[in-house]
Amino acid sequence: MFIQAIVFFPLVGALIAGLLGRIIGHRTSEYITTGLLIGAAVLSWIVFAGFWFAPEAAEAGGHAEANKVEVMRWIVSGALDLRWVLRVDTLTAVMLVVVTTVSSLVHLYSIGYMADDPHRSRFFAYLSLFTFAMLMLVTADNFLQMFFGWEGVGLASYLLIGFWYKKPTANAAAMKAFVVNRVGDFGFALGIFAAFVVLGHLDFDGAFHAADGLKGNLPVIHFLSWDLDAMTVVCLLLFMGAMGKSAQFLLHTWLPDAMEGPTPVSALIHAATMVTAGVFMVARLSPLFELSPFAMTVVMLVGALTAFFAATVGLVQNDIKRVIAYSTCSQLGYMFVALGAGMYSVGVFHLFTHAFFKALLFLGAGSVIHAMHHEQDMRNMGGLRKKIPVTYWMMIIGTLALTGVGIPGTPLGFAGFFSKDGIIEVAYAAGGSTGYIAFWALVIAAMFTSFYSWRLIHLTFHGEPRGQHHGHDAHADHAHDDHGHHGSAYDNAHESPNVMLVPLYVLAVGAVLAGVVFNDLFFGHAEHIEHFFQGSLVVSEQLLEAAHGVPLWVKWSATFAMLFGFGAALWMYVYDREMPKRMAHANPGLYLFLLNKWYFDELYDRIFVKPALWLGTALWKGFDDMLVDKTITEGLGNRVKDITGKVVKLQSGYLYHYAFAMLIGIAALLTWAIAAGGLLG
Amino acid sequence: MIFSDHLLTVITFLPTLGAFLLLFVGGRDEAANNLARYIALGVTLVTAALSLYLWYLFDPSNTGFQFVENYGWSDSIGYRMGVDGISVLFIPLTAVLMPAVILSSFGSITKRVKEYLIVFLILETFMIGAFATLDLAMFYVFFEGTLIPMFLIIGIWGGARRIQATYKFFFYSFTGTVLMLIAIMAMYWQAGTLDIVKLLTFKFPPEVQTWLWIGFFASFAVKMPMWPFHRWLPEAHVEAPTGGSVILAAILLKLGGYGFIRFSISMFPDASHQFANFVFVLSIAAIIITSLIALVQTDIKKLIAYSSVAHMGFVTMGIFTGNIYGIHGAIFQMISHGIVSAALFFCVGVVYDRMHTREIDAYGGLVSPMPRYAVVFMVFTMANVGLPGTSGFVGEFLTMLAAFQANTWVAFFAAFGVILSAAYALWLYRRVIFGAFTKESLKGILDLDRREAIVLVPLVILTIVFGFYPAPILDATAASVNLVAENFANAIGAAPAAVAAATGH
Repeated sequence: MFIQAIVFFPLVGALIAGLLGRIIGHRTSEYITTGLLIGAAVLSWIVFAGFWFAPEAAEAGGHAEANKVEVMRWIVSGALDLRWVLRVDTLTAVMLVVVTTVSSLVHLYSIGYMADDPHRSRFFAYLSLFTFAMLMLVTADNFLQMFFGWEGVGLASYLLIGFWYKKPTANAAAMKAFVVNRVGDFGFALGIFAAFVVLGHLDFDGAFHAADGLKGNLPVIHFLSWDLDAMTVVCLLLFMGAMGKSAQFLLHTWLPDAMEGPTPVSALIHAATMVTAGVFMVARLSPLFELSPFAMTVVMLVGALTAFFAATVGLVQNDIKRVIAYSTCSQLGYMFVALGAGMYSVGVFHLFTHAFFKALLFLGAGSVIHAMHHEQDMRNMGGLRKKIPVTYWMMIIGTLALTGVGIPGTPLGFAGFFSKDGIIEVAYAAGGSTGYIAFWALVIAAMFTSFYSWRLIHLTFHGEPRGQHHGHDAHADHAHDDHGHHGSAYDNAHESPNVMLVPLYVLAVGAVLAGVVFNDLFFGHAEHIEHFFQGSLVVSEQLLEAAHGVPLWVKWSATFAMLFGFGAALWMYVYDREMPKRMAHANPGLYLFLLNKWYFDELYDRIFVKPALWLGTALWKGFDDMLVDKTITEGLGNRVKDITGKVVKLQSGYLYHYAFAMLIGIAALLTWAIAAGGLLG
Repeated sequence: MIFSDHLLTVITFLPTLGAFLLLFVGGRDEAANNLARYIALGVTLVTAALSLYLWYLFDPSNTGFQFVENYGWSDSIGYRMGVDGISVLFIPLTAVLMPAVILSSFGSITKRVKEYLIVFLILETFMIGAFATLDLAMFYVFFEGTLIPMFLIIGIWGGARRIQATYKFFFYSFTGTVLMLIAIMAMYWQAGTLDIVKLLTFKFPPEVQTWLWIGFFASFAVKMPMWPFHRWLPEAHVEAPTGGSVILAAILLKLGGYGFIRFSISMFPDASHQFANFVFVLSIAAIIITSLIALVQTDIKKLIAYSSVAHMGFVTMGIFTGNIYGIHGAIFQMISHGIVSAALFFCVGVVYDRMHTREIDAYGGLVSPMPRYAVVFMVFTMANVGLPGTSGFVGEFLTMLAAFQANTWVAFFAAFGVILSAAYALWLYRRVIFGAFTKESLKGILDLDRREAIVLVPLVILTIVFGFYPAPILDATAASVNLVAENFANAIGAAPAAVAAATGH
């Protein structure tokens, strides 16, 4: 089997680059890690092709056994028997392709992007370590291994966001990412415990089988002080983990800050792979979520709210990476809407296409930032089209794919067109008040997406150059500040080297073709989807038919929204460039509300961070020091102060006497104990 | 006479023999000091090797006591030794850490070297003895005996406020053990024996159990330490020399956990069941309150000391669920914490030896001059956070799983530890290791030297190996844990904690 090679190649690369990096040199580390990743990517595509063209699946009636490879035992205690197992089914294969493809391209790109960094070996070690953890996550065969991968990617993300460790903002962002994710893990962990209590198994097949047996007679769990529907409790707790990792509403605050990390990291971790882990988790656990309509509704509403919220914030951001970060957040919301509606394959489809075009956009943005010598503020850009034409056209392709350009009813369209429109149709088809809320939220979000995406293009590439001096002072203290360039960043802007452009070309191919080629497998005939996924996720034929049969205006709604957003961006950033300023002045409250991201950071600081620190201090100084120490301890021993005072006067040599007295005391007590015992016994 | 029949005696008293040997090292010059150091190192290494041999010979499928030596001349006090799955692993844990402690003192302890080593070797005998003995009176002697060397270690080689710290340490511990002593006497009057094996099968009447339980609890809760009996620990840690802190955190605290399993749960099951909620409340308080306190510490050692209290909260919580996962997880957590907390205190020792300050604010940006140190410290920080793939995760997972089965509120609150531990540990790391390296006073600080690497690298390896493959620990303890959990369930009249117990209809 290839699977061991796919999973462990990155680990080998990480260990070599991490432990031997100083000995073998940066260049060798880069080549080894990148080479191993490309190898893993090729093998992943072979595995994926096996499922794609699988003839035997059709014979097995669309329910093939997942391929499992046991590596070794892990936690065995009582009835619990958890092992390290690599599980490969269609869902895993899709993720393998996404993870290894984007990761290998990001490795390649980083050779160029990080060329001047003095700690490149470490960087590549982290990238490969991340890939290993992510692969462990997607090949997990039980909840706990998934949790391992989950935390492993969290660690790698922490290390990579804080890679430029001299920047205080990067350190703060890294820590914030880890801690906010841990809030999600709080739920994930409890969800695992609840799943074990309710289902009696922590391996997926066992749990799904047990869940199957519960249909029609759903158990009740006594959780905290209430008797609740057991599956709803399990699913909502697990979903809390997904919300943390996938930066959903309320637990999203870490993702924009994570942009402090180097841009290739943002492309790999905070766009294409790690943040989609939550989507993968819900899809993987679809047999459980199916049993709780309430949990599904929550998933859908959270997704819709996130898609809308993040899109509104994206409208006014000025940092090129933050715009794309909010866009990622918003697109993850789309995926959750599909999952919540019960159309898991479409959610995974959007995950798949999104990985290509969002990685393309991020790496393109990296190319812009590279060209501008680490300027990230779009207000200081403009007119870059002539300076970096290749990057420009790649960004255009990414934008066309993100905004979902295509002609409804025909197989003509960019990748995002198929998956995103699919989700909007599914939301409408899901019906009910939740379905309509989600539908309209997504359509409006699609309009905003189109607006901020084109705004980004206009501000960055069109018009006249605005930056007079570039941002060395703002990013003073890291490896790239020794370029010694003079003049404006615009004058010195240069196209990126081929090692950075080739990954863009590959991703651009994906951004153009991923939709049209794979549409049938994820969102075509129910039969095809079932054959493709072979039971690795739940497929609802009924919902699929309803989604295909939505009214024509629904099918066109996303396209209209996209065109409207495009037109508005064109008007406000090309024809009437004073208009955004006028609007901001006219509605200062709204503008600040959006610019400050709905004030979530300030709110959390007030209600969580500050009280925690205050409470810690109060408990320490008030309880420990004052009450326990000063009052009780010293009150109980009446002459504590006298004794302490006397002891302090003693030379340390006298301690022997003191200790000796203790020893005598113990001996006396013991003798008495035995004597007394002997007398009475 | 077969060697393995007396293995426990040999392991227990070999360090004392070494201490005796050190008495004959004359002179106060550097050569004499070095001779003493190498003798102590040699003795502890041999002891460590023998303890690993013990682990190797130990039959994990046998639920009874093994390597038993019983020379009781009556039913009262006697020389009884033996280990089962509950106690066996604490012996290699102690014996393997000792050479590291001795080695780490080579550079940092320069006054009264010989005495320092003698005290540590005697302490080793007491610690191993407490785990290995099967006689209640001997247990008391060993348990209480550990106080004296630790008292001396802090009092003689400690920091500026060492006298207050030793006083507090003594005050708390002694108050606790006096109550335990009374309980031990009461047990002897009731059962007529001090043989632990016999006591384990003796059924104390429930109303007597309550009082005995309280007597033992007083001692173990202080030792653990459980909130709110923890106040002595941060003081003691802060003032103790590195070796003292390591042994205190890694081994001495575990005496409390071991005692809870061996005595409270096994001998007083009814009382344990009755007091379970009380213990849960204190455990949760330990996890949440001391984590919050750790968050605002300004002294590195105090921060780690408070985090130890939080981690011990998981141990007490697990033990008093009384089910397999809880007890299994508690033992694993104790072994893991023994490795990780020892390593963290070694790490603090590394920078303390260089800068002679424990203030967090005095550091910053150490990753630049000390990259190897940064990696090692990162591994232990993550183990402290309980990241899967490190040994810190397994115990936390199992104890919280058990708590969820016992009472979801307990698991719910304990899970806050997951968030808070990340917050205080990563914040410490950020302030000490990351950031720009600009402090004038730190200029010229050196990375780990070879001796420090020899101490820390094996601990890194153990932390990661046990995270991915905890089987050596879990397998050795499984049979005995099952027995304890089964007996507990039978005693309180419940069916063994069935998986479906918490579900409704």
